[in-house]
Amino acid sequence: MLEAIILTVITAATPLLLAAIGELVVERSGVLNLGVEGMMVMGAVCGFAGTLTFGTPFAGIIAGALAGMAVSLLFGFATLTLVANQVASGLALTLFGLGLAGLIGEGFVGTPGLKLPALFIPGLTDLPVVGRILFGQDVLVYLSFALVAGVSWFLFRTRAGLVLRAVGDNHGSAHALGYSVVKVRYLAVLFGGACAGLGGAYLSIAYTPLWVESMTAGRGWIALALVVFASWRPGRLVVGAYLFGAVTILQLHAQPLGLGVPSQFLSMLPYLATVVVLVLISGNRRATRFNTPACLGTPFVPDR
Amino acid sequence: MHLELVKRPEVSRVMMVGSPVLAVGLTVIFAAIVFALQGKDPLAGVYYFFLEPLTSSWSIEQLIVKATPLVIIALGLAVCFLSNNWNIGAEGQLTVGAITGSMLPVLVPEFASPATLPLMVLMGALGGALFAAVPAILKTRFGTNEILTSLMLVYASGLFLDWLVRGPWRDPKGFNFPITIAFNDAAIPSTIPIGPLYLNLSAFVALVLVAVLAVTLGRTLKGFEIRVLGQSPRAGAFAGFSARRMTLFAFMVSGALAGIAGILTVASEIGKLQPVISPGYGFTAIIVAFLGRLNPVGILIAGLVIALSYLGGEAIQTTMQMSSKVATVVQGMLLFFVLACDTLILYRVRLVGRAPKEPARA
Amino acid sequence: MKKLLLLAGTALAVALGATAASAQDKTKACFIYVGPIGDFGWSYQHDQGRLAIEAAFGDKVETAYLENVSEGPDAERAIERLARDGCDIIFTTSFGFMDPTIKVAKKYPDVKFEHATGFKTAENVGIYNSRFYEGRYIIGQMAAKVSKAGMAGYIVSFPIPEVVMGINAFMLGAQSVNPDFKVKIVWVNSWFDPGKEADAAKALFDQGADIMVQHTDSTAPLQIAEERGLKGFGQASDMIKFAPNAQMTSIVDDWSAYYVGRVQAVMDGTWKPENKWGGLADKGLMMAPYTNVPEDVAKAAAETEAKIASGEFHPFTGPIFDQDGKERYAAGVVAPDGDLLGMNWYVKGVDDKLPQ
Repeated sequence: MLEAIILTVITAATPLLLAAIGELVVERSGVLNLGVEGMMVMGAVCGFAGTLTFGTPFAGIIAGALAGMAVSLLFGFATLTLVANQVASGLALTLFGLGLAGLIGEGFVGTPGLKLPALFIPGLTDLPVVGRILFGQDVLVYLSFALVAGVSWFLFRTRAGLVLRAVGDNHGSAHALGYSVVKVRYLAVLFGGACAGLGGAYLSIAYTPLWVESMTAGRGWIALALVVFASWRPGRLVVGAYLFGAVTILQLHAQPLGLGVPSQFLSMLPYLATVVVLVLISGNRRATRFNTPACLGTPFVPDR
Repeated sequence: MHLELVKRPEVSRVMMVGSPVLAVGLTVIFAAIVFALQGKDPLAGVYYFFLEPLTSSWSIEQLIVKATPLVIIALGLAVCFLSNNWNIGAEGQLTVGAITGSMLPVLVPEFASPATLPLMVLMGALGGALFAAVPAILKTRFGTNEILTSLMLVYASGLFLDWLVRGPWRDPKGFNFPITIAFNDAAIPSTIPIGPLYLNLSAFVALVLVAVLAVTLGRTLKGFEIRVLGQSPRAGAFAGFSARRMTLFAFMVSGALAGIAGILTVASEIGKLQPVISPGYGFTAIIVAFLGRLNPVGILIAGLVIALSYLGGEAIQTTMQMSSKVATVVQGMLLFFVLACDTLILYRVRLVGRAPKEPARA
Repeated sequence: MKKLLLLAGTALAVALGATAASAQDKTKACFIYVGPIGDFGWSYQHDQGRLAIEAAFGDKVETAYLENVSEGPDAERAIERLARDGCDIIFTTSFGFMDPTIKVAKKYPDVKFEHATGFKTAENVGIYNSRFYEGRYIIGQMAAKVSKAGMAGYIVSFPIPEVVMGINAFMLGAQSVNPDFKVKIVWVNSWFDPGKEADAAKALFDQGADIMVQHTDSTAPLQIAEERGLKGFGQASDMIKFAPNAQMTSIVDDWSAYYVGRVQAVMDGTWKPENKWGGLADKGLMMAPYTNVPEDVAKAAAETEAKIASGEFHPFTGPIFDQDGKERYAAGVVAPDGDLLGMNWYVKGVDDKLPQ
């Protein structure tokens, strides 16, 4: 039973983790992109379309990431080149993405998709209890963890990561030191778009291989909240995504037990649990402030 | 080649007016392209999207109805955003305001007097303010980031409303459908004829609030405090302002206004509580707030523009058989263009060739 | 400024009027959908009905629709817009549109309105619905025959009478085969979130159910059944493409015949407001082919279907006991329609609680 629950939690958490790790990098560079939902849904529809067009889910993965990047570029142009307001532009991106994805997907409604195959290693995957959990996942699940590790390494162990954090913490100084703030932020926004696209593609080719309008059902918003939950630290993102996923799944498991608690209250649990846990762990205010990108949401114009 | 922004010595008055015009012009062109790609007559599409909603007194009334809650909520959000408090949970505060405001007509339906509606609005404001105080207090007490808390509470409040109207507040004569009893007439705002238009009381509330906020933000010490703390908490501290108290203040003002919008929408448009009471007004209002440059009068105009884009979207659906997705895409484009063109007020845009290697002057 | 706009608008309107005028002699049928027509569920099926009108009448009709209309404050405006746009008949296809429909209908006495799944009528407002419970009784019987675990998982959206009636009908059907049959219920509090529906399906299978029943719109639960090599039933449309080995049948809403008939009545000038509760009898409800089941099960299901369609048998025929063991209908008594439409109690054997 525990194994089954964990397996379900993994699928519930992966799209959140994928989208959130990208947004984390974006926000670390000082940009607040509230358009995750729009990029995700574009990833979902293009991932689905790519899968069916080329006959393999791997094409869908690439298509999803590219679609996320393409729409994130719109956001980048508006907010970085033209220094438009980031919050409003992000919301505009969400609207635009939901609409465009719906148009692209019109022809795919009612068509079954192809499911991303799970890894199978004879011997290892067959292991009791841990076999399927550790060695029986699909490639995007492993990728989500690889991305978290990679981003963590990049941000805190490489020079480029240092530059990115500097841009997010004090764009004035970073610029004075000769770094192109706008270029760094463009790259971050593109990375965020690709990750959100992957998260969306995971929905339409691994979670539930189908396409229907607005199938992201608000997951982009949750991903955004998780970045805040993680205080912009990649490791804690995993905790957040899996906590949210676990509470969601556990309340579904709790319902048939006949506890007599109205289902609406059980459905509230994932949201409330995230708040409560964040309150408990945000006791250390200095650490939180230290990790918050100081320039988050503020536009930058190089004066020359 | 790339675009480069050059800061203007002062705000361009021409562009204050010119940029929205340019934005609408660009949207019209791109919208026409989208319509043509859909195989529809682009000119007709442009007419129905941008102009048709302004051609009858009915649609102008509808425009105002749609803009009213957006403007009221966005006014409160402006206070939050100006003071650097990220309240993105207005939708939840709206929901709770609608619930607390509805307590009178749902639980005490016999109480029908001229005081009913004012009391409802008051209770709605109170409910919204208290609900908004939760993320504010969590922020000031525990340093919990308000983006997450305010957003998560949106979902919780929606589910709570759902439970309420399916359980304890359900109309016993409603065949067990999820609706409360209908509000009594005293609980429903009246409409007031202005020329050929019949306007709901809510619209006037919105106008009054715009005026109040415009004066408060522009002419009072409180307005100054809001701005200073938003721009530099340190400077604010030197001036003797408390950022913590401001967080609570801004959130509660914003929550109160969202609550007012919630109860007014429910009372004037629905007349009872039900699971769905808002098509995402609390989120759309965030766009309205920024589109209006966080300025009360700007918000009034932005609210009307956004409302127009919704009505226009419906017009192209019904008259030209375009899907709602086309409408959403055009709406997204309109927002992008308006936001991007705003840049021209503060900056000149230059197209620069591949030679930024000129001798440094700075 | 506004005057100028008005003028420009009118000028353009006149210019465009030429195209609109030719539509005068056509009958215009209009629809309001609560979801996107791309949901492949509730709204999609209604839109299929709209397309059927176009197919049936060709040049003689014109149709229009508004999709994704929120049941809140937008509904009244959306309906009124259609009324003003010259629609002759407007179908409002979700319960939440009830009061707005009545309100708008009062203002536009010449326009005909049809509201789905509600209970308020007026001189120019008819109501219609489908007896989905008939199909649910059949799948209950099938589930009890096929299930080895003696337990089904049931994914539901929101506790409204329609859904409760469905659960009861399913259990009555199942208990007619196996009195000890069990059902586990999960509310996802959404009509539409494929991911969450999939999670709910997994949770139910993990808890030992081996049959999946859903009263939500997406194909996700059936796809999970397919993956696990278990069985389930579709909803709203035939979902066999998504679960070729798992779908045993599907309760298909088919509004085409009804819509075509009503538009015909408008054309003939014979339209009157009615309270139409269709079902298997008039093919408003259809069972997708019985597949992936032993022949005797399919045969029995077809027999039950025929009996219900002919009116020989009504799923809610007593004795029916509620959860507390109280007898609601004595032997041989058929539950009246009014009771069914407002049902908010469970029959004996359902292990769940409704919000009171």
